[in-house]
Amino acid sequence: MTALQEVPAQDAAAPAAVRREALHFALRNGKLVTGLAIVLLLLLLGLLGPVLIGGTPNAYGTQPMQPPSGEHWFGTTTFGQDVFTQFVHGLRTTFAVGVLGGGIAAVIGMLVGFVAGYRGGLVDEALNMLTNIVLVIPTLAVLLIINAYLGVRSVGAQALFIGLTSWPWAARAIRAQTFSLRTRDFVDLARLSGASTWRIITREIAPNMSSYLFMTFILLFGGSILIASSLDFIGLGPTEGISLGLMLQNANQWSAMQLGMWWWFIPPGAGITAVVGALYVANVGLDEVFNPKLRET
Amino acid sequence: MRRYFGRKLLVYGLTFFVAVTINWMVPRFMPGDPISSMVARAGASNPAAAETMRAYYTELFGLDQPIWQQYLNFWAALFQGDFGISIWAFPSPVSEVILGAVPYTLALMIPAVLLSWVVGNWFGAFAARRKALDNAVLPVGYVLTAMPYMWLAVLLAWGLGVVAGIFPVAGGYSFSMRPNWSWDFILDLLHHWTLPFASLFLVALGGWAIGMRNMIIYELESDYSNYLSALGAPQRLIRRYAFRNAVLPQITGLALQLGVLVAGALVTEIVFSYPGLGSLILKAIQNQDFFLLQGTFLFIVLGVLIANFIIDIVYVVVDPRTRAGMAGAQA
Amino acid sequence: MSLRVNDLKVYYKTLKGEVKALDGVSFEVGDGEILGLAGESGCGKTTLAKSLIRMDGRMRHTGGTVELDGEELPIGDDRRMNAFRFHRVSLVPQYSMSALNPTRKIGKMVTELLRSRGVTPDAGKLRGRLDAVGLPHEVLDRYPIELSGGMKQRMVMVVSTLLDPSLLIADEITSALDVSTQKAVAGALAGFRDDGLVKSMIFVTHDLSLTYQIADTIMIMYAGRLAEKAPAKEIIEAPRHPYTRLLINSLPEVGVRYAERKLAGIAGSPPSLLNPPKGCRFRDRCPLAFGQCEQEPPVVEVAPNHSVACWKA
Repeated sequence: MTALQEVPAQDAAAPAAVRREALHFALRNGKLVTGLAIVLLLLLLGLLGPVLIGGTPNAYGTQPMQPPSGEHWFGTTTFGQDVFTQFVHGLRTTFAVGVLGGGIAAVIGMLVGFVAGYRGGLVDEALNMLTNIVLVIPTLAVLLIINAYLGVRSVGAQALFIGLTSWPWAARAIRAQTFSLRTRDFVDLARLSGASTWRIITREIAPNMSSYLFMTFILLFGGSILIASSLDFIGLGPTEGISLGLMLQNANQWSAMQLGMWWWFIPPGAGITAVVGALYVANVGLDEVFNPKLRET
Repeated sequence: MRRYFGRKLLVYGLTFFVAVTINWMVPRFMPGDPISSMVARAGASNPAAAETMRAYYTELFGLDQPIWQQYLNFWAALFQGDFGISIWAFPSPVSEVILGAVPYTLALMIPAVLLSWVVGNWFGAFAARRKALDNAVLPVGYVLTAMPYMWLAVLLAWGLGVVAGIFPVAGGYSFSMRPNWSWDFILDLLHHWTLPFASLFLVALGGWAIGMRNMIIYELESDYSNYLSALGAPQRLIRRYAFRNAVLPQITGLALQLGVLVAGALVTEIVFSYPGLGSLILKAIQNQDFFLLQGTFLFIVLGVLIANFIIDIVYVVVDPRTRAGMAGAQA
Repeated sequence: MSLRVNDLKVYYKTLKGEVKALDGVSFEVGDGEILGLAGESGCGKTTLAKSLIRMDGRMRHTGGTVELDGEELPIGDDRRMNAFRFHRVSLVPQYSMSALNPTRKIGKMVTELLRSRGVTPDAGKLRGRLDAVGLPHEVLDRYPIELSGGMKQRMVMVVSTLLDPSLLIADEITSALDVSTQKAVAGALAGFRDDGLVKSMIFVTHDLSLTYQIADTIMIMYAGRLAEKAPAKEIIEAPRHPYTRLLINSLPEVGVRYAERKLAGIAGSPPSLLNPPKGCRFRDRCPLAFGQCEQEPPVVEVAPNHSVACWKA
């Protein structure tokens, strides 16, 4: 009868049944499955690659400027560094920045969004003002200033600052969702039964938009990777180690393009595009799973 | 109307205030006393610059003065258009160096942003709910929007510049030329402008197309579309209405994306050594020219704020609801 | 005879299979007649209303015919059906509050809609219709956001009936309104019929008491089938089908509005239409059920214009 409901019966439907239905669509959604598969594949490569290959990504080698071969799958740089070793290590960094930066941004966005949307009034006004200010400041420009003055730059610090500056749109979206949920019956009931604000937010509101929150995180994840790669490219990446953005920067700085060393700049960019693109596509898939209106008929 | 713009201006004013404060605070409170190390470093490579800088610091910031006084001095200097002296382009004032680069960045960004917005919206609207087209536009759009700006720039420069040799890959104009108003020079400018423009345009295009496609689908599912369909209105009319309504959030989206677009322009310029703000930032970082870096930061913030305000005005002109609400509020 | 529906079957495509939302319904609506269509959620009344004007993507016309003024309606063929929409069959939707394009002035929208249907807008006629429902002419220069809920409702009614359709379908139009507005809206609809602007009307609602006030004939549906159809007065005063009786008994009093959930007063819930049981579909909830109910009861005319599908009627 699910197709026939004339009145929305979300509250009455058993959660288990809803979950089963979501899973059913999830497994049949090409976008979601493809996207996740690519992300997982690259994640595995980033996690296991460095362990299996060993070696240090920035170690100079004896065979500079080699095109891809059986020995060096992705060739070598001007300094004889193995591009494939750099690539798998860089993937790891890229995922780390995405998870950390996206995670921090998601947490801030949720806190601000929930509190502003649920409390309303002056708290909302103040948080809204804060959100709008951080929203209009160009993120990369702020990160440039901060990172330029940091003597030693680590992946963690980079992710932290990215997280601190990229939460506003998430906060806005979550605030709007919370706003529409807070007048629902089950929230009223919780309030009447004397539950604290924190409890209502974590037990009643957040679970009811969990799919939305997850999708927000995915987008923040992808966004963090792109911002980090731009920072790396400008020359404000981590001072130690390697990332896909740093590989692009090195390639650009040492004229890989002019020297025709395409194997130096194609893999890192393709890696970033694949991770972020797969995340976005998986996100569309998720949206279709949770939002029946978007399913193709 | 007054209330709406009043609020917006308040946000922008506060944003500028925050930006200036960050600008003032970061060098002072970062670990490692960057200012003295900066002076020291500059002293090693360019003693004359170090001397001027030290004098400048003492005069402007008065590092021995109380913190609040330093802060006020900073604002006072700002209002006189004094951003300090560039080390990289010593002894040019920072504002002069920046003003020399701004036209290049604007010439790149304004056409790329506006055109990608228009064309992207058009593509997205056209593809929505048209299966075959949608299946083509959607993946291409996602790949484009997931690409780092600099990577597409590198690919274009390599493919069309280095390999095919059709376009130059570095600079705003040929080294052999002096800027003048001859046709030769303008053509040369255009020639150098094409690739950076194209790469900026293409990456931005994907995002707009996807956004518009999703908005149109949402609008085509909406009640007014269903009502018109039930009354037998042709798809043409329904799509026209849906487009018109879907464009509104895309205008807001333009404001939200400005930061990302600026970032894209900066890294694209770096790839092509295009003489705009991006290359300036790279030079500033490579030469530890913090005055130049900070000045550029404020210019970018200011530019984004002005663009935001223009978009606000456009939105009011385009969305009748904001005007209707305002008319009601005034009566 | 204005509308003749014969053994109409409309199924929904779902993951689990076909939902037989409308499974063989036949009835007629005469010239100048208002047919009230009532029943619980999922009884097929909204499916029927949609089928007569525009099916959504998941619906499939599986069998049966629909004739309007002696001409067959191609309800399963979206393209061919378009010629009939607005001109011959029109709709006042459930969602009148959001049925008007928010970014067009109402007058302009109406003009564009009419032109797109090949009709030359007639300003005088439009003004006359506005007068009839008590809307000031300047609403045409307004955006929908500037109108109150009641005004939007009336505006949509005016738009829908502008081309004097043969059949007007009013789908749950009152569910979003308060009681006094409901009555006014129902009255205005009856007025359209009285003035001859629409020839016949199907008034879909779950509110039996409201239906009673404006409908000439009331049709009760259950689980995709017709349960009972009779003149309004007769069905309220002398219902024959056990389901109708329970429905009427669950009303506190005729003329007082009840909330739909009070229908839970009838124990049990309607059967799944994915695999509907053989025989009478109300059997499991029926207090009078007996052996013969295992076979499907035919729709029988037990009195003039009074049809019932029940072995006990």
